[in-house]
Amino acid sequence: MAERAALEELVKLQGERVRGLKQQKASAELIEEEVAKLLKLKAQLGPDESKQKFVLKTPKGTRDYSPRQMAVREKVFDIIIRCFKRHGAEVIDTPVFELKETLMGKYGEDSKLIYDLKDQGGELLSLRYDLTVPFARYLAMNKLTNIKRYHIAKVYRRDNPAMTRGRYREFYQCDFDIAGNFDPMIPDAECLKIMCEILSSLQIGDFLVKVNDRRILDGMFAICGVSDSKFRTICSSVDKLDKVTTQAVLLQTPAQAGEEPLGVGSVAAGGRYDGLVGMFDPKGRKVPCVGLSIGVERIFSIVEQRLEALEEKIRTTETQVLVASAQKKLLEERLKLVSELWDAGIKAELLYKKNPKLLNQLQYCEEAGIPLVAIIGEQELKDGVIKLRSVTSREEVREVAEDLKSGQNRAFNFYYGTTPFSYKAQEA
Amino acid sequence: MAERAALEELVKLQGERVRGLKQQKASAELIEEEVAKLLKLKAQLGPDESKQKFVLKTPKETLMGKYGEDSKLIYDLKDQGGELLSLRYDLTVPFARYLAMNKLTNIKRYHIAKVYRRDNPAMTRGRYREFYQCDFDIAGNFDPMIPDAECLKIMCEILSSLQIGDFLVKVNDRRILDGMFAICGVSDSKFRTICSSVDKLDKVSWEEVKNEMVGEKGLAPEVADRIGDYVQQHGGVSLVEQLLQDPKLSQNKQALEGLGDLKLLFEYLTLFGIDDKISFDLSLARGLDYYTGVIYEAVLLQTPAQAGEEPLGVGSVAAGGRYDGLVGMFDPKGRKVPCVGLSIGVERIFSIVEQRLEALEEKIRTTETQVLVASAQKKLLEERLKLVSELWDAGIKAELLYKKNPKLLNQLQYCEEAGIPLVAIIGEQELKDGVIKLRSVTSREEVDVRREDLVEEIKRRTGQPLCIC
Repeated sequence: MAERAALEELVKLQGERVRGLKQQKASAELIEEEVAKLLKLKAQLGPDESKQKFVLKTPKGTRDYSPRQMAVREKVFDIIIRCFKRHGAEVIDTPVFELKETLMGKYGEDSKLIYDLKDQGGELLSLRYDLTVPFARYLAMNKLTNIKRYHIAKVYRRDNPAMTRGRYREFYQCDFDIAGNFDPMIPDAECLKIMCEILSSLQIGDFLVKVNDRRILDGMFAICGVSDSKFRTICSSVDKLDKVTTQAVLLQTPAQAGEEPLGVGSVAAGGRYDGLVGMFDPKGRKVPCVGLSIGVERIFSIVEQRLEALEEKIRTTETQVLVASAQKKLLEERLKLVSELWDAGIKAELLYKKNPKLLNQLQYCEEAGIPLVAIIGEQELKDGVIKLRSVTSREEVREVAEDLKSGQNRAFNFYYGTTPFSYKAQEA
Repeated sequence: MAERAALEELVKLQGERVRGLKQQKASAELIEEEVAKLLKLKAQLGPDESKQKFVLKTPKETLMGKYGEDSKLIYDLKDQGGELLSLRYDLTVPFARYLAMNKLTNIKRYHIAKVYRRDNPAMTRGRYREFYQCDFDIAGNFDPMIPDAECLKIMCEILSSLQIGDFLVKVNDRRILDGMFAICGVSDSKFRTICSSVDKLDKVSWEEVKNEMVGEKGLAPEVADRIGDYVQQHGGVSLVEQLLQDPKLSQNKQALEGLGDLKLLFEYLTLFGIDDKISFDLSLARGLDYYTGVIYEAVLLQTPAQAGEEPLGVGSVAAGGRYDGLVGMFDPKGRKVPCVGLSIGVERIFSIVEQRLEALEEKIRTTETQVLVASAQKKLLEERLKLVSELWDAGIKAELLYKKNPKLLNQLQYCEEAGIPLVAIIGEQELKDGVIKLRSVTSREEVDVRREDLVEEIKRRTGQPLCIC
């Protein structure tokens, strides 16, 4: 970086030199010589960034989520959120950036991994590093003494991303916390119950939750003779957990022995942290907190991997029926019918072609996993019916009369419960 | 206008002064003083009209000129030695980048996410620096106007379902505007600035707009009059047909194309049953940068009842259009992927819905808890923990107070505050009898339910399906 700055400075000075010589009307050879030097220097700088062709990539350590990946993500979040709601949690959201000073001094050595925003004349900002510090800031700012909340959002760390291991610079955190002064260990127990419910529902394999307590560790190190100064290096976990700590790990089954080490390792963690909110409160008022964080990014990878292994098709839409036409010049009828289905709350699509071939329409259904196709045909129109066909069996499900809303509803209700995709339980 | 330009210049200079002081690490009081002056100046400017929410912006790298104005609103990340990064300004540019990067030729996708603009936030008007955008787009080469019609159908379905009041969707076409200005005699260089004047017709009178165009933007009065003949018109498909017969407009190839497409669009919208919500409005001229064809904007219609309310209920709540040239700007080979889409102004809708709920005095529940597991006497924590766990395992949304010996009154009060409908009370006598008292919080009616029947009873009362879904 310093080299580039020096080079840029040289380019600037040489440019001034050339301009000066031209002004003084120096000899042509001298000017030419100095211009040649200038061009050489500029060449060393490399191509001018502003003239470069647009580079098509996401920033290092980040990724787009394709429809397929979003389907997995949505399913995983659905299971997790259902569990949080089952336990009576509220949900909050906070801005993606915080004042730089809010984050300073909370992450110890990891502070160098924080993304700062450029100083553009306003407040100094940084991207959030986790959801816990914003939570503590939220509690202190609103003078809340108790809340049970979950928060699912992306956080940012200038890590060295090892993509195959599912470590990114932008990734989801999925936190649940109970703040407040309560009778001992009841909320702590509920957090562990939640962790177990979630990991069971996700069906990603057997797991074990390891539990310990910072006070036990400290006491143990003390009686073993470890000096205070060495404590924090011996335990590498985040400083804020000052009492109970928990970590859930997946247990590798013999069947998985050959697989990528994705299916093993920590998938959730948490603990009690009574001192954090007090750091934000102007009067240092403490609000005890206990919580957990689900490692969703790792879980996405595991679920994706399992689905591929099972060769289960992941649907990326929830469309129940395609409105198709068997002959030409039936666009009007298709538009009318699909509109009635939408108005009745049915998930329907049509091809954006005036005269699509029936075969192409059926193929579209197969590729997208759409279970039903409602075919409009000239003869059927005269008879006042629509042919409703199952895409997989190719059998006609029924011929429904023109009174579509009720007719279609009955047929569709049968299929309505279909989830976008199912993923089967891991056989023991 | 000249005053505004002068104010803008002052704001710019004062901003530079502030930055300079910060760089020099001047005293905090001095900085604060100068920042206060800056803020006062900015306040005089009021909200900046040119920074529309739904304008599609070109990426920095491809069209330096147009982006110039808005690039100062982009949040940059500090150069920490790696790639130079910025926070996304909208969802359309990332979408175009995604299509080009993955060489996709067609997709129908929605994307709901936050975007970032270093705007001058006027919080009371619901303008923030971090806010949600809610986009839906159909990319691909298809038969004309079918996807465009579906976008409008979607817009209408959403705005109806939200129940935020009656609305109207204004529709126009970039090619009609271009053609119309051309035949009226507007030079290319004045196109954008005349557009922004014409666009104000929804708020001010034609006289004012004409004065601005002639008096401030140097347009010849005859040209302005000709424009006036067109832009004050709005209507249904009959207006489209009328303009197709217009002797001057029908000579313009672009306008003809636009009118032809709108005619087809109206046919499809009629089949979709939403033609009564659509108005062909020649004064719709906003956010034209990247639209290449049909453009639309949905506005809420203010009812007399709302007259006293905050002007939150008026104005645009959704917008969109066709933009066939954007993806091509990203593709290395310049391959075009035609796109049409819409964006829902959710932040404004949040405000409106919140306002309506408050007016109706409707209580908003923040949890979905169905039953609180309570104890009537002391020393019943174990039983509460066991019962609540059974309920959770059966998929019921339940809570308990984190107290060993809570008072029944406090537990009932908790239910009332949180809106929890049922409370399952464990009592010493009931334990002996093998029952739980199930109470409705609102009606206060109680019934003894056998422990083994409790799950089913709760599910029945809360309308939950009996199987775990």
